[in-house]
Amino acid sequence: MSVTDTSAMSWREWLLSERPQSRSQARLGRAYMTWRRFTANQLAVVGLFIILALVFVAIFAGLLAPYSPVVGDLRGSRLLPPDWAHWMGTDDQGRDILSRVIYGSRLTLYVIVLVALIAAPIGLVVGTVAGYAGGWTDAVLMRITDIFLAFPKLILALAFVAALGPGIENAIIAIAITSWPPYARIARAETLMVRNSDYIKAVEIMGASPGRIILRHIMPMCISSLIVRVTLDMAGIIIIAAGLGFLGLGAQPPLPEWGAMIASGRRFILDQWWVAAMPGMAILIVSLGFNLLGDGLRDALDPRSSGQ
Amino acid sequence: MSVDKNLLEVENLKVRFPTRTGVIEAVRGVSFSLGRERLGIVGESGSGKSQTGRAIMGLTDPRAEVTADRLEFDGIDLRSLPARERRALRGKRVAMILQDPKYSLDPVISIGRQIVETLRTHEKVSRAEARERALDMLAAVQIRDPKRVFDLYPHEVSGGMGQRAMIAMMLVAGPELLIADEPTSALDVTVQLDVLAILDRLVADRGMGLIFISHDLRLVSSFCDRVVVMYAGKVVEQLPASELANAQHPYTQGLLDCMPKIGADRHPLPVLARKAEWAA
Amino acid sequence: MTAALVADRVEVVFDQFRALKGVSVAVQPGESFGLVGESGSGKSTLLRAIAGLAPVASGSITVNGKPLGRRRDKAFYRQVQMVFQDPYGSLHPRQTVDRLLQEPLAIHGIGDSEVRIRRALEEVGLGSGFRFRYSHQLSGGQRQRVAIARALILEPSILLLDEPTSALDASVQAEVLNLLEQVRRDRKLTYLMVSHDLAVINHMCERLMVMQNGVAVEQLAAADLVSHNVAQDYTKRLLKASEGFVRAG
Repeated sequence: MSVTDTSAMSWREWLLSERPQSRSQARLGRAYMTWRRFTANQLAVVGLFIILALVFVAIFAGLLAPYSPVVGDLRGSRLLPPDWAHWMGTDDQGRDILSRVIYGSRLTLYVIVLVALIAAPIGLVVGTVAGYAGGWTDAVLMRITDIFLAFPKLILALAFVAALGPGIENAIIAIAITSWPPYARIARAETLMVRNSDYIKAVEIMGASPGRIILRHIMPMCISSLIVRVTLDMAGIIIIAAGLGFLGLGAQPPLPEWGAMIASGRRFILDQWWVAAMPGMAILIVSLGFNLLGDGLRDALDPRSSGQ
Repeated sequence: MSVDKNLLEVENLKVRFPTRTGVIEAVRGVSFSLGRERLGIVGESGSGKSQTGRAIMGLTDPRAEVTADRLEFDGIDLRSLPARERRALRGKRVAMILQDPKYSLDPVISIGRQIVETLRTHEKVSRAEARERALDMLAAVQIRDPKRVFDLYPHEVSGGMGQRAMIAMMLVAGPELLIADEPTSALDVTVQLDVLAILDRLVADRGMGLIFISHDLRLVSSFCDRVVVMYAGKVVEQLPASELANAQHPYTQGLLDCMPKIGADRHPLPVLARKAEWAA
Repeated sequence: MTAALVADRVEVVFDQFRALKGVSVAVQPGESFGLVGESGSGKSTLLRAIAGLAPVASGSITVNGKPLGRRRDKAFYRQVQMVFQDPYGSLHPRQTVDRLLQEPLAIHGIGDSEVRIRRALEEVGLGSGFRFRYSHQLSGGQRQRVAIARALILEPSILLLDEPTSALDASVQAEVLNLLEQVRRDRKLTYLMVSHDLAVINHMCERLMVMQNGVAVEQLAAADLVSHNVAQDYTKRLLKASEGFVRAG
């Protein structure tokens, strides 16, 4: 590569180089290949766009929302249908539904990010340790996982929330506690696949400790399938959070949580359909976005297409 | 059928794989003809030897593009043959043996039934007769207790036995051309020779044409009548197996030379100095 | 002189199956010793038992005069390293060559990794241009060179070689065998090498042991193969098979 050539083409060549000159070039090149595989799937890009839009709306909710999400005009604007002043209409408290949906995106994002940050690492650790250690450790950890898996997710979450008390933080904890077992199963399955491979044996005979092998050699092999699964589960998490909100066990009024908004719109569903339909649509779009993103990530991160 | 007419004519065979980063040319203009003889195709990985065999069988990946100036089996133009007739030809008149029987035998059907099914797809025979012929075929590949092996499943037999069963299945319909792609590479050396001896006898007895694809130049030269040496998708040299010691092309010479031999005390081993013009 | 490596009546049992039925072998320092046999003969199992990768049911293994316990300590891994058969499977698919070579140094807390990695790549005939590649960007022969560099970077005195060239093309095999001979000479290493190919063992080793069904059939010097001075029928058959196909009649 010539020094003077700094066009976009040469950047691509630099990234795709078969002979990277530094650690960062190798890493960036790999990331770029993944990105190229991802963008080859147009629906996945649509999904990514939806999720980025969600994040954008959540960050700038204060600027984007035309009205207050909690204080409504009880005298003049109860249950107004969508019009130019209230794009999504108003609810029974006279609050602008668009503003509530916009602020609700913060709660949705809050829930899914926290659930993912709690559940995925628990699943990853439990699964990889069980898979690598085998024997008794495996049996004990996996039976615990089975017990959690045996309950329907929503029922178990309900039980936890009932015990911990209603509220959005408790809903998050409850959902996280109920969603790690599938991740543990996936991580264990991946671990069993790589555990006996020669590249793990090779680090074993370098004298690496089990902890180091799990953390530095096995976990990286499990993470991509876990990311895919977590992304695909996001839609389900939103729906469970909404379900808890709907049942009055999640976010408490007047928080503009989408599920709770549907619940409060239920009473007017026949005459004032928009009260329940607008947050429902938001849930639909975001769930769809995560599903499309997850599908795209599955193709892009598949270790079989990039690794061996 | 006249004896002097060639069984297979291949002229300027090309196999290309379009990929996102460009076209990969796996086979770049291979030509050879085959009579009722044993022809060896030798080359290292990536030489296009397996893709040549697959293209003749019509088993190339559908994404790939196969072209040839001539591709005739017993006077039948394989290029323009409809897929249905090509399928009928496969197994009946042209058969292929792959490297590992574990992957080419159906794991949930007993060995005997697989042979019977193969026979009945190609010939109208009664069940009883098909069973008789399958048992005869198993005996022909020197399986000592054909009746017992008939009811076994592929995972219940050893690699050598599985490969013999595979040969039995491929030969039961009486093909005239057999393509064997590394048929013994997955087997132990002593078993390897047994299987080759069986293959050798069947090919000779039935007057079949055989294409033996392998990376092992020494094995091929001891087994075949003629050898085609491939490098980077092209034929670099064709010669009678007995003349191998006098090979002209430096690649063939290098390939023969670089293998350790018992008794030859050469340290270090001569290595192959690849030249760009070989691939040109 | 104490032997570099002694295995005394080693038995390995996997779930009732006796893969190794009391095999003994002694390898002298600086010697290259070959294990030959077909699949299921236990030759790889013996290697793995020494490396601590297979469960030893009974018998003892001694390295440089020191008997090994049930668990291998870190000092053991600095004396004994291993190269695996399949170069496609023995390199982590998500790590660059640099990271692969860094790992043993990090585990043993060895400094100046920069210098050592560059020297290791140099030694196996790979330039620094290969340093930041992932294994899928390497050919089979290049991968095996990386695997050899990784085994050598801890400066062991004994190298266990498990069919190091059987997955490679003949021309690449010659290059890797030459490299193995070269580093053995340079570093005065002891080799214990497994192969199914008598010619490879004959080329690489001074002495060898033929194995079958988990038992040692016989021990020979490499010269015995050349002069066909073998006692056992099984060895004779192997020797005959290595000469290629001979048409009956």
